[in-house]
Amino acid sequence: MEFYHNHVLSIILLTPVVGALIAVFIPRQMDNFHRIWGNLFGILGMLVALPLLWWFNPDSTQRYQFVESAEWIPSIGAKYTLGIDGISFLLIMLTVLLGAISILSAWDAIKPRKKEFYILFLLLQTGMLGVFMSLDFFLFYVFWEITLVPMYFLIGVWGSDRRLYAAIKFFLYTLAGSVLMLLAILGMYFKYHEMSGAYTFDVQTLMAATQTFPFELQKWLFWGLFFAFAIKVPMFPFHTWLPDAHTEAPTAGSVILAGVLLKMGAYGFLRFSVPMLPAATKSAVWIIGILSLIGIIYGALVCMMQKDMKKLIAYSSVSHMGFVTLGLFALNQQGIAGSVIQQINHGISTGALFLIVGVLYERRHTRLISEFGGLSTPMPNFAAIYLIITLSSLGLPLLNGFIGEFTILNGAWQVSKTWAAWGVIGIILGAAYLLWLYQRAMFGPVTNPINEHLPDLNAREYCTLIPLVLLAFWIGIYPKPLFRYLDKPVQQIVQAVNPDYYKQAPAPAASMNQLPPAPPANSASPSAASDASGNH
Amino acid sequence: MSLLDHIRDWFSFLQAVEPIRPQLLLALFGVGILLTDFLLESSQKVFNAVMAMMGVAFASIALWQINSQMHRDMLSAGKTFFADSILVDPFALFFSMIFLSAAALVILLSARYLNVEQEQHGEYYALILFATIGMITLVEGVDLVVQFIALETMAISFYVLAGFLRHDRRSNEASLKYLLLGAFSSGILAYGFSLLYGISGSTNLIEITGAIQDRSPNDPIVMLALVTVAAGLFFKVAAVPFHQWAPDVYEGAPTPITAYLSVASKAASFALLLRLFQSVFWPVRDHWQWLLGAVAVASMTVGNLAALGQKNVKRMLAYSSISHAGYVLLGLVAAGTPEGNSTGLRAVAFYLFAYAFMNFGAFAVVIILRRQGLIGDNLEDLDGLITRSPFAAVLLLIFMLSLAGIPPTAGFIGKYYIFLALIQSGHYYLAIFAAAYVVPALYYYFRVIVHAWLRPSTDAGVTLVTLGQKTALGIAGFVVLVAGIYPEPFIRLASASLFLPFPLGR
Repeated sequence: MEFYHNHVLSIILLTPVVGALIAVFIPRQMDNFHRIWGNLFGILGMLVALPLLWWFNPDSTQRYQFVESAEWIPSIGAKYTLGIDGISFLLIMLTVLLGAISILSAWDAIKPRKKEFYILFLLLQTGMLGVFMSLDFFLFYVFWEITLVPMYFLIGVWGSDRRLYAAIKFFLYTLAGSVLMLLAILGMYFKYHEMSGAYTFDVQTLMAATQTFPFELQKWLFWGLFFAFAIKVPMFPFHTWLPDAHTEAPTAGSVILAGVLLKMGAYGFLRFSVPMLPAATKSAVWIIGILSLIGIIYGALVCMMQKDMKKLIAYSSVSHMGFVTLGLFALNQQGIAGSVIQQINHGISTGALFLIVGVLYERRHTRLISEFGGLSTPMPNFAAIYLIITLSSLGLPLLNGFIGEFTILNGAWQVSKTWAAWGVIGIILGAAYLLWLYQRAMFGPVTNPINEHLPDLNAREYCTLIPLVLLAFWIGIYPKPLFRYLDKPVQQIVQAVNPDYYKQAPAPAASMNQLPPAPPANSASPSAASDASGNH
Repeated sequence: MSLLDHIRDWFSFLQAVEPIRPQLLLALFGVGILLTDFLLESSQKVFNAVMAMMGVAFASIALWQINSQMHRDMLSAGKTFFADSILVDPFALFFSMIFLSAAALVILLSARYLNVEQEQHGEYYALILFATIGMITLVEGVDLVVQFIALETMAISFYVLAGFLRHDRRSNEASLKYLLLGAFSSGILAYGFSLLYGISGSTNLIEITGAIQDRSPNDPIVMLALVTVAAGLFFKVAAVPFHQWAPDVYEGAPTPITAYLSVASKAASFALLLRLFQSVFWPVRDHWQWLLGAVAVASMTVGNLAALGQKNVKRMLAYSSISHAGYVLLGLVAAGTPEGNSTGLRAVAFYLFAYAFMNFGAFAVVIILRRQGLIGDNLEDLDGLITRSPFAAVLLLIFMLSLAGIPPTAGFIGKYYIFLALIQSGHYYLAIFAAAYVVPALYYYFRVIVHAWLRPSTDAGVTLVTLGQKTALGIAGFVVLVAGIYPEPFIRLASASLFLPFPLGR
């Protein structure tokens, strides 16, 4: 147990890859074995992460917990350093959950080449978990790149018609961003050496130094990192790979792509760009804010025009991730906390929406909205779950989407009322396209005779959807635990980038530096949060 | 003279030739193969391969002994022999190690290939060993004459080997093209060498370095020598604008020879380039920095852009190897800053090491596809490799990722080191440039992967992989992965072999 506690992150990180390595040596003919094995390790990956729920202490005075560190490449100063704070804790939980769910969702959908599918999926899990755990820039970069390869194959092998195009587009776009990131990382590395005489990629050490870098250099480094993260999120002009990749990927790939991979971009901003390069971040707030708003509105408008369900949900990701970056670059407690909550919510709702499209696709082998209609008659339970998820995605109070979007708009309001106004328009449009989609697919008479006898959800599909529905309700009704995990790390980020924020903040926020912290966003009920911001 | 005296003479002779014992052993086995070849039935010709393998093994052991002897004597800067014409130092040992590994791999891959081609002759293996002798001597030489002879030993062996498939028109074309252009470039190089001799009155690199140091750095004779020597070497490493031979020769030559040519010959030529540019031309590095930078940028541009459209895997790899030459030159550019930059040198050494194994592996997969009635070097021939030979397909993926510079592979660490050196030495624009070219490179490497992994197999034939081929592929893949995941020992090796100020053994 002692060993487990000390190395819990390594164990979570390596469980999937161990499963994949063993599966390599099992003959490919044993399809069923690979399927069971993959699911087993998907669930095992989640189980080994569960103790974190008890062990992780949101009020800890340490910035990172469960830190493990070992020499890796001493010649260049790269180390194997893992550690998590509240933000990465939530994202890791999301990753293991969605990982297990997507693997389960692929049970029937993936027919040929099962062995490779499960191996690649498990490798992808390790890559994503590594991104969220690394506290060494070099290690982070390695994991960041490792995720590309399995995702490329998931799209390229098991995708639909234009899969090759979508797969290579995804790979090239992301790679173009990441090589620039590599140069920016090296820039920090050498500047730090110039200042202190030591070579290191250690994030904590670098963070202390990068904040004092001259503004001009910070700007260069910021934009170097920006492209990698913005492409991944994806922010408005860099989003074109996303509809293709989402549409062509198999269901499991879409779920994990929307649910986790996109979060890597936002996580990069949160973990590196913003706290490490505060001066440059501040100078870029308006550009990024406006790009986010364009993404929100543009993504929503494009959704209105889609004929393909999956493409619609893909564009809705552009819109929803726009909220994430909007909140993030509001650079205040509500904005950033809301941004993280929105990331989790987007993972839950959009992941579930892709599962729902997958359910329909497995039955009809088409995703065209016009092929469906009146499905609530043959599939009532499906209709109920779909409705809940739709409402959660469009931000109905008491469901998870509302909490994130509300807190983000609250944060945005403090920066600019115009931002908040445009954000609200995005929410309205979001409700419009999601409800319209639901209406066209589910209500009215059954127009297509093939749809009359579609079977309702089976047990496996319930297993994939029900946990997400429960989470949607839980976060919607009682989000306090989530905010509690975020308090400390968000506070540290805001402190780094926007130290004045807490000085002007109202009374509850003034006691920020004394434990236990009670920042405005801490309050569970949205009305309390709005009171706090109203004091400005 | 009694028998005892004779024996004593022999021993002292053996002692005296210890520094070149690897070459002598290779020569011994090479000549042995030529002799025993006559005694072998055509079905027993594989024995030649075994013998060549033994030669490489013995040479490796001799190399290892020299290495440990040097460690014992604490000679980190090496030691010169034979009237200062041979220098055994970590640099030479590092490169010799690459050559011998490559030679072993090429022999493993050749046995079946030659059977399929029905050209199983002893000369083939003998020539491989002779080429290896040339390379090892080339990296040990610190005398213009030794270097030139060694270079020609290597080159002449390759001229013959490139045309070894006598009945194949492409192979003949490759050989002739290589011979003509090679002779031309050797001429230019010899002209440069003669100028160096004229400047200093000596063929010894140390003396020449001294003579050039005494002259003004803008001396036109020195410039002329620099440009001619550089041009001759650019030809050998296939850097733009002296690259035109590479695609044709790579495509036409027997594939194992292409692999050997692209890996070992290139590494040897780079070693010579390093030797000369780090010693003789070091005083004029202000000038060659620009020259190499321009050539590197041109090589990456031409190599990457031309590779995009290739349908033949060997041609594609030829263009990609041109762009890799560009990356290696960038490392040298970084090293050539006024105060020198040892990260650049380390980058070059590590890159060449990684490149040797990853490029070799890529060619090895093409070799595996060769069978009766299928040349196997078209992209379509790779279709559905994942179902025909999952082992080869997985390794192909590793090699392609490594060539593209995606972690966790050796190629990534190599590229990373190049970027590192460029940024450290202040060449920011070159760094951005080099990084940007990773993207098109990934596109053409992944075209190979698309065919091998994503296209269904159109070919009814069976892809047989022999044990020798599996071993060779496995070793190359293993090294590429290990050097990518845990590069520390390899980086140490590379750092020990190349450092500044570059010593010449005194």
